[in-house]
Amino acid sequence: MAKKMHDTPNLDQLEDGPWPSFVTGLKELAKDKDYVVDLLGQLETSYRTKKGYWKGGTVGVFGYGGGIIPRFTELKDEAGKPIYEDCTEFHTLRVMPPAGMHYDTDTLRQFCDIWEKHGSGLIAFHGQSGDIMFQGATTDNVQKAFDEINEMGFDLGGAGPAVRTSMSCVGAARCEQSCYDEAKAQRSVLNTFLDDIHRPSLPYKFKFKFSGCPNDCMNSVQRADMAVIGTWRDNIRTDEAMAKQWFAKHGMDELVNDVVARCPTKTFQLKQIKNVKTGPSISSVAISDTHAIEIDNHDCVRCMHCINVMTGALAPGKDKGASVLVGGKSTLKIGGLMGTVIIPFMKLETDEDVQKLVDLGQRTIDFFAENALEHERTGEMIERIGLINFLEGVEVEVDPNMVSTPRTNPYVRTDGWDEEVAKINAQKIKKQQAA
Amino acid sequence: MNQAVQEKPAAKRKPKETGVPDNKKYLHPLMAKNYGNWKYHDRPRPGVLHHVAHSGDQIWTVRAGTQRQMDVGTIRLLCDIADKYAEGHVRFTIRSNIEYMVSKEEKVAPLIAELEKHGFPVGGTGNSISMISHTQGWLHCDIPGTDASGVVKSLMDDLIVEFKREEMPNRVHLSTSCCEINCGGQADLAIIVQHTKPPVINHDLVANVCERPTVVARCPVAAIRPAMVNGKPSLEIDETKCMCCGACYPPCPPMQINDPEYSKLAIWVGGKNSNARGKPTFMKMVASGLPNNPPRWPEVSVVVKRILNVYKDDARPWERMADWIDRIGWPRFFEKTELPFTKYLIDDWRGSRSTFNASTHIRF
Repeated sequence: MAKKMHDTPNLDQLEDGPWPSFVTGLKELAKDKDYVVDLLGQLETSYRTKKGYWKGGTVGVFGYGGGIIPRFTELKDEAGKPIYEDCTEFHTLRVMPPAGMHYDTDTLRQFCDIWEKHGSGLIAFHGQSGDIMFQGATTDNVQKAFDEINEMGFDLGGAGPAVRTSMSCVGAARCEQSCYDEAKAQRSVLNTFLDDIHRPSLPYKFKFKFSGCPNDCMNSVQRADMAVIGTWRDNIRTDEAMAKQWFAKHGMDELVNDVVARCPTKTFQLKQIKNVKTGPSISSVAISDTHAIEIDNHDCVRCMHCINVMTGALAPGKDKGASVLVGGKSTLKIGGLMGTVIIPFMKLETDEDVQKLVDLGQRTIDFFAENALEHERTGEMIERIGLINFLEGVEVEVDPNMVSTPRTNPYVRTDGWDEEVAKINAQKIKKQQAA
Repeated sequence: MNQAVQEKPAAKRKPKETGVPDNKKYLHPLMAKNYGNWKYHDRPRPGVLHHVAHSGDQIWTVRAGTQRQMDVGTIRLLCDIADKYAEGHVRFTIRSNIEYMVSKEEKVAPLIAELEKHGFPVGGTGNSISMISHTQGWLHCDIPGTDASGVVKSLMDDLIVEFKREEMPNRVHLSTSCCEINCGGQADLAIIVQHTKPPVINHDLVANVCERPTVVARCPVAAIRPAMVNGKPSLEIDETKCMCCGACYPPCPPMQINDPEYSKLAIWVGGKNSNARGKPTFMKMVASGLPNNPPRWPEVSVVVKRILNVYKDDARPWERMADWIDRIGWPRFFEKTELPFTKYLIDDWRGSRSTFNASTHIRF
């Protein structure tokens, strides 16, 4: 039994209502832990004064420079003595989950046993970067908890100016839209940069995220310095039985208003079967005895909408891979940035393919480490130095897929134009000869 | 015994630098077997996904909401349910929902009943309002303007009906962030702290706590400069330039940006990460000045629900928040949601010209 609970009239109100309550959970833990009794005391104070009372510091585990988020209380009396003296340290261990966040119950129970013994007993599945967050341990217990978690086969994630923990979607494990092995790509890339994860020494954070298709369930385009988003090059696949089944259930209004009208490039057409075109870039499938869908895949931007609506009837093609976008980030300092395409398509099937992605990550991080200013994200660096300088730095050739439009102003010195054209022509000839 | 010989300190354990664990051993066996070979899925009811593999194998997934910040008792309960009613495997979604996978359809109903019995709402699939992605807040963050888990609990209490149904025009993703860094991320609707006053500087502490050139460099509008104050090296702020973002506070805690009264909450709408239909979009600020009012933030809840209700009534099937506003236009958005369009909603940051209407495309 722990000591008596503090009055928590504000937090008590968060036990009402139908959604699961973290306060009820904390109170359960507080039955056995003075530590959590005092955590609730401090949290209630925050609710009353509308102020936060944790400050950072330096706490780590032996051998690593990051992965622990230290928290020391600032809620002290006039003599400098902590008001809630049983909870003056509340450090978090960031632990990297398996790709796709799959677990068996034995593993989760082991986590619980370790964290009940060494920590507060509060675990978040998961933080915004994708870590399992073991929240709340004293400085003395951080190492003990880590040692046991590490023996289970789990490792600390990133914090500070480091390569950060990554995320991938459920992907190939359970999703028909998966365009590459997300888990393999994530693990291959991340485990190449363990030194940069565990020993923060980059200008600022660097995040990889892996989404299996353009639905981008990992929100990688706006959160990842390097976003790997699945796509395909060949034609959308069709299944006539399922297309007819879909149409029988949903009818003409939904097909026209929800699918045809919502195709961003209007390449998705409804036609009488007798008028359907054939050709190497055409996907078509009958939806009734009289009508068929026709898609010219050259004009399709792989947005996923029609496939999302008519899953099973339509599916991504077979020549799958990923697009790579660089420079996504949130607000500070220059404002939110979406990633920019730097690789329109790459295969990710063989080990050699995946190694090419790892190499691109390596070149990008090396360039970032050498060229970014302190506390500057990749996207901000590109904004400052220009996309061309970045591409040259990471040895990637320009491609019109990298822009929405060519430049709209003449403020550029173009006296190297002829040389560039000659270079492009030489490459064309080389490619033709190779083919 | 020779007591002069000191005991050698125990050798410190070296970490096993194993990185991201292989997920294969944690997958449900049917997912491992059909890895990369799924054909399609449907949703037999809200909260349930039914995936069919090219092999003919089928798997049912039941999704339930959690409080994300979970005590070990709750996690063990979720594990007990997995062992008794599912098949011992779970996964978590990016929005902290838990998913149970089962190989037989008849296991779905008892699993749902058990989850609901213990207070875990089943839903969050398809065109529902899913769980709010959020941050740490007062519970753990060192720079929070408000709480996270509490805001989320309050809002989800109000939105749980839409979590358990699939009656919205398209999926609705929400996020909250306790400072302007916006760790919660882009969403159809986001609630983010918006400070309204420059930081209050404790000049006695700056010299000892803050690396001053770093702090100067952090300011997006170059409003901070080194200064001697009361004979001590400190920093000063040009308050006519300062836009109260709080970027200086993390590297320099004596520059307190959080204020119980002047740190407000803003509402943003129309963020979308998916490439479906239009390209991904950033969200836009549509309301601000809402009070930071724990423990239940009722003023925020009123505005959030109003926007979501108007969207639900007015948007067409498959229109995300951004798609809907693209169709009806911003003037109609403000009219329908009865939100005031103030001068503060016209962008003046870099790149703002691209947000101005350079056409006569005007709806009447």
